[in-house]
Amino acid sequence: MEIYLIIILALMILGAVFSLHAKDLLSAVISYGIVGFGLVIAFLLLQAPDLALVLIVVEIITLIIMLAVIKNTTHEEEKKSFSLSSVIYVCVALLFTLFFFVIFARFGSGLARFGEDTMRMATAYIDAVHLTGSANLVTGVVFGFRAYDTLGEATVLFTAVVGVLAILRIKGKKEED
Amino acid sequence: MKGMSIIVQKICQIVAPVIFLFGIYIVIHGHLTPGGGFAGGVIMAGAFIFQIISYGSDLPKLQKKEFSLEILESSGILGFLIIACLGLLFSTVGIFFANFLPTGKIGELVSAGYIPLANIVVAAEVSAAISLIFLAMIVFKEEISDDR
Amino acid sequence: MILYILCFVLFMVGLYGVLVKRNLIKIIIGLAIIEYSVFLFLILIGYVKDGTAPILNSEAEGAIFVDPLPQAMVLTAIVIGLATTAMLLSIAIRLYRKYGTFDIREIRSLKG
Repeated sequence: MEIYLIIILALMILGAVFSLHAKDLLSAVISYGIVGFGLVIAFLLLQAPDLALVLIVVEIITLIIMLAVIKNTTHEEEKKSFSLSSVIYVCVALLFTLFFFVIFARFGSGLARFGEDTMRMATAYIDAVHLTGSANLVTGVVFGFRAYDTLGEATVLFTAVVGVLAILRIKGKKEED
Repeated sequence: MKGMSIIVQKICQIVAPVIFLFGIYIVIHGHLTPGGGFAGGVIMAGAFIFQIISYGSDLPKLQKKEFSLEILESSGILGFLIIACLGLLFSTVGIFFANFLPTGKIGELVSAGYIPLANIVVAAEVSAAISLIFLAMIVFKEEISDDR
Repeated sequence: MILYILCFVLFMVGLYGVLVKRNLIKIIIGLAIIEYSVFLFLILIGYVKDGTAPILNSEAEGAIFVDPLPQAMVLTAIVIGLATTAMLLSIAIRLYRKYGTFDIREIRSLKG
């Protein structure tokens, strides 16, 4: 079980690195699909079928929108030029990674081994299934115990649609000249 | 945006209603099988996007005057708020989002309080939102900044 | 434990894409990779060994279930991630229409 997840995670990392280094934007978007579909397989191995259903369709819609944006504008990248600020960024990122590894080695024993920790709220939600009455426990949590978060998420989606419509509709003054 | 060839259009005529029906099935059985409002909503939006891609921008009935998608999305989120406020008014406990319908037996289609209604309303909102994003960015991006 | 470290490496790959790359589409792809790594980490925390999907069947009496709370959190987060990416792409369309390029250094220097 762990070995499958390690292989899929390694493939996702390879796909992500290739997607950020591709010269053509079309190749970058298509290899971004490796990360998404690998995540779908990882969700199926981790026994989460709701998430796999949502993620596969959302991933396909994201790929379609990105491909249409690239087709309508341009799909080539500029030439690389080495500058000083990117070296500073990479050094800071390596320092942060080293710091994380030191902290993890010292205090990481608090994080349980993979697959052995059961939280208190999980047992409480599983035992209280007669309060909501739904056989799907995830839907019972999303719409029953935690309905405020679903209300917030619906509001965020509504605001994003209003934002997209407002951004694409503004007539700038310079475009008429 | 140009449409695709006649073979793709004929297949779309056959397959897109089946995808839409599958999305409705996942929404209604949200409290029994994996899925729920979000999964069914994005699948219904996927059926709509499939039709737009295969037929092109000159699909009949795509007009810019009044968007029935906007009305559907707004009524979706308003319905969710109304379900929440009905729990405030009509239940014995009297708090926001209280379960005011009877719970019933676990595993039947009519059970689990207001959760099937909430699934349907959220699916309407999510499908309309994603279809509206797709239409605004891909189909209408040239005309939007000119008129209105 | 090595799974958590690989998750963090994926996060750092996405962070590298946001900080170093000059093309706007690559920055958006890096942001989406960061989101996916966080989803995977949340679900990895909630996995129980030999657990099944949290659906009550008639034949799954007394079975061990996987934690349903992180799945509920990630379910809403996926749709929010789609909305955020769509809004970023619409800003990218506007920038291209105004400046003619996706390069953030040239956009910064034009100051139209």
